[in-house]
Amino acid sequence: MTRRLAINPIACTGHGLCADLLPELIRLDEWGYPMMPEHPVPDHLAALARRACGTAGPPMARSPLAAPMATNG
Amino acid sequence: MTMAPDMRATVPRHARPADRPLGLVKRLTIGWRDTDRVTALGTHLQRYGALPPHPPGTLIEAVTSAGLTGRGGAGFPTGVKMRAVAERRGPAIVVANGMESEPASDKDEALLSRAPHLVLDGAAAAAREVGATTVAVCLPRAKQWLLTLVREAVAERVRAGYDLVAIEVYDLPHGYVSSSESALVNWLNGGEAKPLAVPPRPFEKGVGRRPTMISNVETFAHIALIARFGPGWFRQAGLPDAPGSMLITTSGAVAAPGVYEVDAGITIGAALSLSGGAAEHIASVLVGGYFGSWHNTAEVTTMPLASSALKRIGAGPGAGVIVALPAHACGLRETARVLGWLAGEGAQQCGPCMFGLPAIAEDFAQLATGRPQGQLLDRLHRRLGMVSGRGACAHPDGAVRLARSALAAFAADARAHAAGLPCLPARQGRSPANAMPIPASAGGWR
Repeated sequence: MTRRLAINPIACTGHGLCADLLPELIRLDEWGYPMMPEHPVPDHLAALARRACGTAGPPMARSPLAAPMATNG
Repeated sequence: MTMAPDMRATVPRHARPADRPLGLVKRLTIGWRDTDRVTALGTHLQRYGALPPHPPGTLIEAVTSAGLTGRGGAGFPTGVKMRAVAERRGPAIVVANGMESEPASDKDEALLSRAPHLVLDGAAAAAREVGATTVAVCLPRAKQWLLTLVREAVAERVRAGYDLVAIEVYDLPHGYVSSSESALVNWLNGGEAKPLAVPPRPFEKGVGRRPTMISNVETFAHIALIARFGPGWFRQAGLPDAPGSMLITTSGAVAAPGVYEVDAGITIGAALSLSGGAAEHIASVLVGGYFGSWHNTAEVTTMPLASSALKRIGAGPGAGVIVALPAHACGLRETARVLGWLAGEGAQQCGPCMFGLPAIAEDFAQLATGRPQGQLLDRLHRRLGMVSGRGACAHPDGAVRLARSALAAFAADARAHAAGLPCLPARQGRSPANAMPIPASAGGWR
């Protein structure tokens, strides 16, 4: 199964942990905000990216990849 | 749908025979030039007749077959929107958007200040049809006179016992992004007038978590007339794929700038002509407003002001805005001023917009002043490719469209500026024009 990684751009604070963890999928723009791949990614990688974002402590609590924005691709 | 035949007689004489070229239309604008002031409820009812009753569902059908699209800029089919709201469970709410944050547009203000009852009729009729008991009219706080005028119109209707729904008028802070649908929902729910991440979309869960129909005030005015005269009459103006009339705002280097009601799909050249024609040589036009695009005048003169045609050249009619740039003005300089303003008008919520737009605006300022630093054009193109589609709302996308179109329409000037050389208007020794209005900052989001 694959799914598309979507982002909640308001919640994203640009910590960049998703790109640290999945550099082959997610690049950062010159201001440090993640650019999502346009193609669907395997489920386990999508889950990994969301966990990286959602487990980084209080400042990341509203982070994008933890939010229910990832949709079935 | 049922219609009272005696009421049909008042307006349909403005139908367009097949051999009449697209041009000025008088539907919403009847009586505007004669009186130049607000139309009272009594006069309004004499002019258009009373709203006929509609069995449930028939108004949505009429609006759908009329082919009415939203007149606020997005051009979404209004019948589809109404049906989506009506089909949701529970009571709905209707929001009439009169924020008009587009600096080059004046048509919503013109409509509300001359014919508020057309807007209120349409909103009230739409409310009954989609199952709403309340209409919220959203207006900019900066225009207190307009708020007073619309509130008086609502009071007139209350005194006459005219409406079966409640109409509330709200004054909102007035940023460029504050007029987007989700920003209205956000503010009406007690938050800031900033866009929200979607989904949920307003028709699913909007004001008070209710299904919410949000449309531009002009769209509601057309609904008021479709409710009276039917979809066949509506389609007697405009083109088959851009039916009805639309309000446009022309400005810049035309002899008679202003708000005009025209057939939808009128050519851009005809719109410039009926605005008095060129006051001086018009080299370029901005089509669609500050989220729109620049084009060489010759390229678009015969283009219909309709999204079906304009999308082929990457343009759109927006809220019916055309700005004619005089040949002596530098389009890059004008665009740089607008981009600088747009960069500050973001909601400061999404990183790519918050940091990307100021960076792009700074690059454009370097280009406009002919003081390039580093590989300016390469950097600018890279940044323009980086921010589109990455905001919660379309603010970054609109700014990028404007910037890209300027680089294309003023390509020769851009090459000259990027090499530190003067552009053609500068070489001809003419002074810059400041053709584009830049509003004062609204201040505050509450």
